[in-house]
Amino acid sequence: MDFTYDDEQEALRDATRGLLKKAYGDYEERRKAVAEDPGFSEKVWGQLAEMGLLGLPFAEDDGGVGAGPVEIGIVAHELGRVLAPEPYLTSVVLAGGLVSAAGTPEQRQEVLGALSAGESVLAFAHDEEGSRWAPTATAVTAAQDGDAWTLSGVKEPVPHGARADVLVVSAALPDGGTGLFLVDPTGLERTAYPTYDGGRAARIAFDATAATPLGTPGQDLEATIATIQDIGRIMAGHEALGAMEVALATTTSYLTSRKQFGVTLNTFQALTFRAADMYVSLELASSLVQWATMVLGTGDPARAADAAARAALQVSRAARHVGQEAIQLHGGIAMTAEYSVGSYAARLSALDHLLGDGQHQLSVLAARVEEHPGLDPLATA
Amino acid sequence: MQLELSPEDQAFREEMREFFTTKFPQEIRDAVIAGRELTKDQIVESQQVLNAAGLAVPHWPEEYGGRGWSDLQRHLWNDEMQAAGVPLPLAFNANMIGPVLAHFASKEIKDRFLPPTANLDIWWSQGFSEPDAGSDLASLRTTAVRDGDDFVVNGQKTWTTLGQYGDWIFTLVRTDPEVKKQAGISMLLIDMTLPGVEVRPIELIDGGFEVNEVWFTDVRVPADLLVGELNGGWTIAKFLLGNERVGVAPIGTTKRVLAQAKQLAGRQLEDPFTRARFVELENELLALELTALRVVAHSEGGEPHPASSLLKLKGTEIQQAVSELVLDLAGPAGLASGGDSGVPEWARHAAPTYLNLRKASIYGGSNEIQRQIIAKTILGL
Repeated sequence: MDFTYDDEQEALRDATRGLLKKAYGDYEERRKAVAEDPGFSEKVWGQLAEMGLLGLPFAEDDGGVGAGPVEIGIVAHELGRVLAPEPYLTSVVLAGGLVSAAGTPEQRQEVLGALSAGESVLAFAHDEEGSRWAPTATAVTAAQDGDAWTLSGVKEPVPHGARADVLVVSAALPDGGTGLFLVDPTGLERTAYPTYDGGRAARIAFDATAATPLGTPGQDLEATIATIQDIGRIMAGHEALGAMEVALATTTSYLTSRKQFGVTLNTFQALTFRAADMYVSLELASSLVQWATMVLGTGDPARAADAAARAALQVSRAARHVGQEAIQLHGGIAMTAEYSVGSYAARLSALDHLLGDGQHQLSVLAARVEEHPGLDPLATA
Repeated sequence: MQLELSPEDQAFREEMREFFTTKFPQEIRDAVIAGRELTKDQIVESQQVLNAAGLAVPHWPEEYGGRGWSDLQRHLWNDEMQAAGVPLPLAFNANMIGPVLAHFASKEIKDRFLPPTANLDIWWSQGFSEPDAGSDLASLRTTAVRDGDDFVVNGQKTWTTLGQYGDWIFTLVRTDPEVKKQAGISMLLIDMTLPGVEVRPIELIDGGFEVNEVWFTDVRVPADLLVGELNGGWTIAKFLLGNERVGVAPIGTTKRVLAQAKQLAGRQLEDPFTRARFVELENELLALELTALRVVAHSEGGEPHPASSLLKLKGTEIQQAVSELVLDLAGPAGLASGGDSGVPEWARHAAPTYLNLRKASIYGGSNEIQRQIIAKTILGL
């Protein structure tokens, strides 16, 4: 049982923090980056690639670094601290993760090589009208004609779907199940719009659009999608922890500097107690996310799924608490776009709803509540 | 980062579990698990069985029965005791006066008191709180005035838990009324059989008599029973109250009760709201346990970890929430608290336990005091 980073992991954190501090240490820089399309800095994306961060999860043979979940979590945490708008989670962890898990060796090398090098941005086109984080697709369907496959239907919202160079699209297979397809979006109808957390998303309409099956054609990949979603939940948790950490620090700093009634706000216990409760929420969520990351490292998808749901539930509760209180304890200033803390709350909300909010996780976990007498994090597998 | 215990710690855990579940008096464990009040004899027997096995005071100096364990091992020891329904060593002896004497007292006092303290041949009571000195402990008014070789003690202590069984009471007294309130306090060891000591029970909301008032009227205490320096009592009190990193939150017990509640819930577990309540509590408890592990795994021999306040705060909140769940599961049957009836024993205990545990967020530094510590010490507010 060890919750500390080794020297290399600390070096990775310091280097990532250094890069991101230069890019977004000044909140105004982040505002500028999200104000213009594509909603993030291509320059920073390139720097992340140069540092090897975009290829972190992928095998060396596929052009990646072959790092584990702890390292990916470290990067996500640092991105969260500065609200870096680069689509690491959706492009690398989710879309890249799917290619890595399901692609043929050629597909992996081609797609992940370019992604790792910063030459291409991927998007995972999965959400559909009415969908709520299931690892399945229904509205977009796949059709087969000999070796040729086409997709029809609408995906929305697709994070960074308009900027993406390659789409990884989930679709209902002709014989049942959900398959994954690589789609070149050139010429596709993509309607882009900004999202409330400063990002971008798109509505993408497929109409007998040519698509390449990811991996074995016709294979049901629901379990693979579910596992990548679980990894995404844990990494979204890391990103949220980074954001919460800074939201809390910004709040405590404000409480010690802002004066009303002739004294600084930290004079008022009604406020400091609420900050203390924010700290409690953050620390408990942090413990669960770190634990889930280690469970993920065991490579057992069932254990990882359970841990991901637990971490996501705790993070959802904490993120709402910290995000809401960060605004309230600041007062009116936090309502302004110019001040950072409101954007932290917005980003925390977006992360919360990316792969399943607290209530979703609660219902997942409640369905199997009698399967165990209690929980023992120290139990041997 | 490492999920599993080391092989040594794993073996240690199993050794503890084996002792507590196979070599400890079963009827005492049964009483604890059933939620019955233990008799004085059972508490004494329990500690003496532990002490004979070297398991009563492992955190003391080795010459007085300590084992030189790591904080993680102490956590495992403590947790396994709770899980098995073994009563923890009497806190007043094992966690309060024992470490204080080991740290502050003369060799003569240590040799005289520590062995019988470890073996519960002396039952210690705590003489800290007074009617007008609760959270503001330093404003205590019980006086000790030097007269020849004695101190003459006058005043009143309250909330003296299990004082009806006490042989000796470690007592904070005012020895200098002229200085700043913290600077005029000393600690005296007082034999409760001395003339002028009177113990009066206080009936509590659960119908029990767990706490007492202790009155001192011209009690003559030999001056050599002063602990540490004259007027150095506040330092000792702070040491005593902030002494723990391990076992701050009653995790093992709460887990056992929650698992038991799930068994007892029966068909009520078909209700989705009830299931969700179990999930939320299990998740919070898991997060708390992991946080406790983070604290003990990385605080070897140092000062109390400031996160101990988090553990106390959240640990007692969850403990109370679980007792509330049990009371709700008992439903109307919970009314039958008064004696033998057809109602199952657990349901009869549910309401008194729920009421009794309201104390948990008040004693040992109320949860508001813990928030104050978090706000000041950790957040700098």
